[in-house]
Amino acid sequence: MRKTLNKIYTFLIYLFLYAPILVLIVQSFNESKYRGKWEGFSFKWYVEMFQDRTILLSLRNTLLIALIAATVATIIGTIAAIGIHKMKPFSKGLVMNATYLPVLNPDIVTGISLMLLFAFISIPLGFTSLLLAHITFNIPYVILNVLPKLKQMNQNLNEAALDLGASPWYAFQKVILPEIMPGVLSGFLFALTLSIDDFVISFFTTGPGVSTLSITIYSMTRKGIKPEINALSSLLFVVIMLLLLLVNSGNNKKNQKLEKNY
Amino acid sequence: MKKYASAPAYPYVIWMLIFIIVPLLLVVWYGLFKVENGNIQFTLEYFARFFEPVYIQVFIRSILLAVISTAICLLIGYPLAYILAGSTFKNKSVLLFLAIVPMWMNFLLRTYAWLTILEKNGIFNQVLRFLNLPDQNLLYTPYAVILGMVYNYLPFMIIPIYNALEKMDHSLVEAAADLGANKRKVFRKIIFPLSLPGVVSGITMTFMPAVTTFVISKLLGGGQSTLIGDVIENQFKVSNDWNFGSALSLVLMIIILLSMRIMTKYEEENAGGGLL
Repeated sequence: MRKTLNKIYTFLIYLFLYAPILVLIVQSFNESKYRGKWEGFSFKWYVEMFQDRTILLSLRNTLLIALIAATVATIIGTIAAIGIHKMKPFSKGLVMNATYLPVLNPDIVTGISLMLLFAFISIPLGFTSLLLAHITFNIPYVILNVLPKLKQMNQNLNEAALDLGASPWYAFQKVILPEIMPGVLSGFLFALTLSIDDFVISFFTTGPGVSTLSITIYSMTRKGIKPEINALSSLLFVVIMLLLLLVNSGNNKKNQKLEKNY
Repeated sequence: MKKYASAPAYPYVIWMLIFIIVPLLLVVWYGLFKVENGNIQFTLEYFARFFEPVYIQVFIRSILLAVISTAICLLIGYPLAYILAGSTFKNKSVLLFLAIVPMWMNFLLRTYAWLTILEKNGIFNQVLRFLNLPDQNLLYTPYAVILGMVYNYLPFMIIPIYNALEKMDHSLVEAAADLGANKRKVFRKIIFPLSLPGVVSGITMTFMPAVTTFVISKLLGGGQSTLIGDVIENQFKVSNDWNFGSALSLVLMIIILLSMRIMTKYEEENAGGGLL
């Protein structure tokens, strides 16, 4: 009895969480241009989205900015984490407090503060400002992912390498990097996701002519979302879901193997 | 050698100063200072505008809607986290994963999809008609905004609570049961207090985006439920009043800082007293 109730409850919450997504996917197959009416099943929008310049350009911008920003943020953030790890407690505290600022601050405040900065140093709002903004809000997440790995690592390994004649760069490549790699990777993925998903900060730091998918979608909400966007998002959603499931099942298999070995 | 050990952090420190510290100082500058006849002056006139009745109303509405949404998230999210954590399903991480997956679809689109569900001849009303119930016009009311907030931020409530329940030492529950506590008492005295850190971070993670949003209120509130975020957005995107916009942003930052202060303090007190 209790079990059934639990199942019904879980089902209802998941229905709530997935209802809009189901609506979107169904709409993407709707022949009609208008969201209220169902006029039959069609792949029309999946074909037409590849002919829509605005959508393709926004998709390109989204992916380009996310990839560059996440890569740059991962490099700066990882190197920074190594330095921060060695800092004296006082300066470490200062730097970490500043690092937490973009994480804790509301997105809208981060967005407008960067907008003010770009006006102040007269960088025109556009691709460059957007990229700088994305790198900025990505770095803290990389640092927060890498620092714990540095703390867990055996602190003597690096010194041993240096004592045995490795140059600092060689020691970094051969000793530190392999140890912190999981943190670096998860930081990169975190940054990538945040970048792709961001709307608010991009909204305040981009200029005319440069749109990411989120910004294009937002400007469409006033006139009505184009069905091509539904098609594109449904496609992206299914691809991401499959990738995640694949990674997940891969991990599970690995875990099972590990369990067998021990 | 030792002296330069923290040198790798320097490029980041410079980046941080330029892109994190200076921008926030600029917000303070625009919100609290003005230049008059070449003199820099401290001024509270932009702050004073915040106390005009219109904006006080907006402020109260923002807090109220965020508090209600957070409370609903807690009320419906806690049981789900509890069910998931106690589930005997062999792959329960998959269930949790399924609660996060929706966030992989653009949140503007997901929020916009609620229009199709809530509008006059939308799916919700059709279900009501099928059940012979009267139509409900939820769209463009504060209820729709609350629904949008609950929908968007519910996973932020579920995840930390689930994590806290997962980490809990189950022998405590068994010990309490062995000592004669009934189920309700075990929950009230053991499980709930131990899950409090998760509840606290869930509340913070839900309340903060809810009180600062301007998208959900625009899409689902249809301009009827202006929130503080909408007013700030308006100052920077439409009326170009950066001074007032910055002053409001400072107010927003103060709200966030205060609520975090309260939450962490609450957590500390409970971490000290709850277990012993």
